Amino acid sequence: MVAQHGATVLRVCRVVLGPHDADDAWSETFLSAMRAYPDLPETANVEAWLVTIAHRKAIDVLRAAKRNPLPVDEVPEAPAGQGVPDVEAAGLWAAVKELPSKQRQAVAYRYVAGLAYAEIAEILGGTVEAARRASADGLKNLRKHYPGAITKGASS
Amino acid sequence: MSDIRNDDDMAVLLSTPVDADTLRRLHRRLEQAAEQADLIDVAYTTIDSPVGKLLLAATPKGLVRVAYAGEDHDRVLEALGQKLSPRILHAPKRLEEAAREIDEYFARRRRVFDVTLDLSLSHGFRRLVQTHLPEIEYGQTRSYRDMAELVGNPKAVRAVGTACATNPLPIVVPCHRVLRADGTLGGYVGGIEAKTTLLDLEAAA
Repeated sequence: MVAQHGATVLRVCRVVLGPHDADDAWSETFLSAMRAYPDLPETANVEAWLVTIAHRKAIDVLRAAKRNPLPVDEVPEAPAGQGVPDVEAAGLWAAVKELPSKQRQAVAYRYVAGLAYAEIAEILGGTVEAARRASADGLKNLRKHYPGAITKGASS
Repeated sequence: MSDIRNDDDMAVLLSTPVDADTLRRLHRRLEQAAEQADLIDVAYTTIDSPVGKLLLAATPKGLVRVAYAGEDHDRVLEALGQKLSPRILHAPKRLEEAAREIDEYFARRRRVFDVTLDLSLSHGFRRLVQTHLPEIEYGQTRSYRDMAELVGNPKAVRAVGTACATNPLPIVVPCHRVLRADGTLGGYVGGIEAKTTLLDLEAAA
């Protein structure tokens, strides 16, 4: 399970939380998953399930951060040397950080984890249509604030 | 639709590659935390040996599985997940002793394995046969018929064959020491070549 989904979960955590808090959320996600795994029905979509757990862990991390408003440094200029997305993508990460949390999550679950809107709606709460809109809005916002993506795409 | 292509671009940008080192580091951390929280029901690792890559798996009770590469390690892990517990984690630490004993065996510094075994993967007659296999001493061989007699069921020659073929702990539980009555090798989970290697190793000692 870790071997198969470890990378995807880490990407999701990075988009939702930023590169630096992602490691903790990743560990917590798989620890809880190991706790709960024996009760998971065989038919379940493991990836969607893991993203659901990651989502809860991410919310925990965000809440904890709000409670202890430490001065959080920006994405560091020097590569952290731990495979964390580096300077090149700093603009993108800054743009991601600016998204409202619902949009950021919807984008992560849709475009990074590849989940269906119905699954995203279940994770985020709300309707399928709302999930679709949040992820579309999130993507639109990202394109607006991170021009790299626009120049790559053709006319839209 | 250009819209779809744009979405793909964005997905690629967001999916910054996760390098192998990072995942390894995170995995080690998880392994420690899971061990502390008692969440690993089946720990596994792989080791290199003269008979190819071996998968070793252990429960808290003991070594539960040794698998040859030819058995397809992914499938073996999947089967362990179904039969024992889905809480399987790559956790080499718990297999250090087993790995060391197998290394010593191949280096001819060990004739008898001391590692604790968990025989819960086999039942009934098979388990009975497998329990008696270590009675065949290092460097010795027995026929399937001998084994059938040893376990008190002289007619069950075929069943002894099946018990050897389904031994979940080859090498450590020495099913390679059982041959056909005419002295030819018979089959082996790890292939005939592996069986020959093990017998030659023991004969040369």
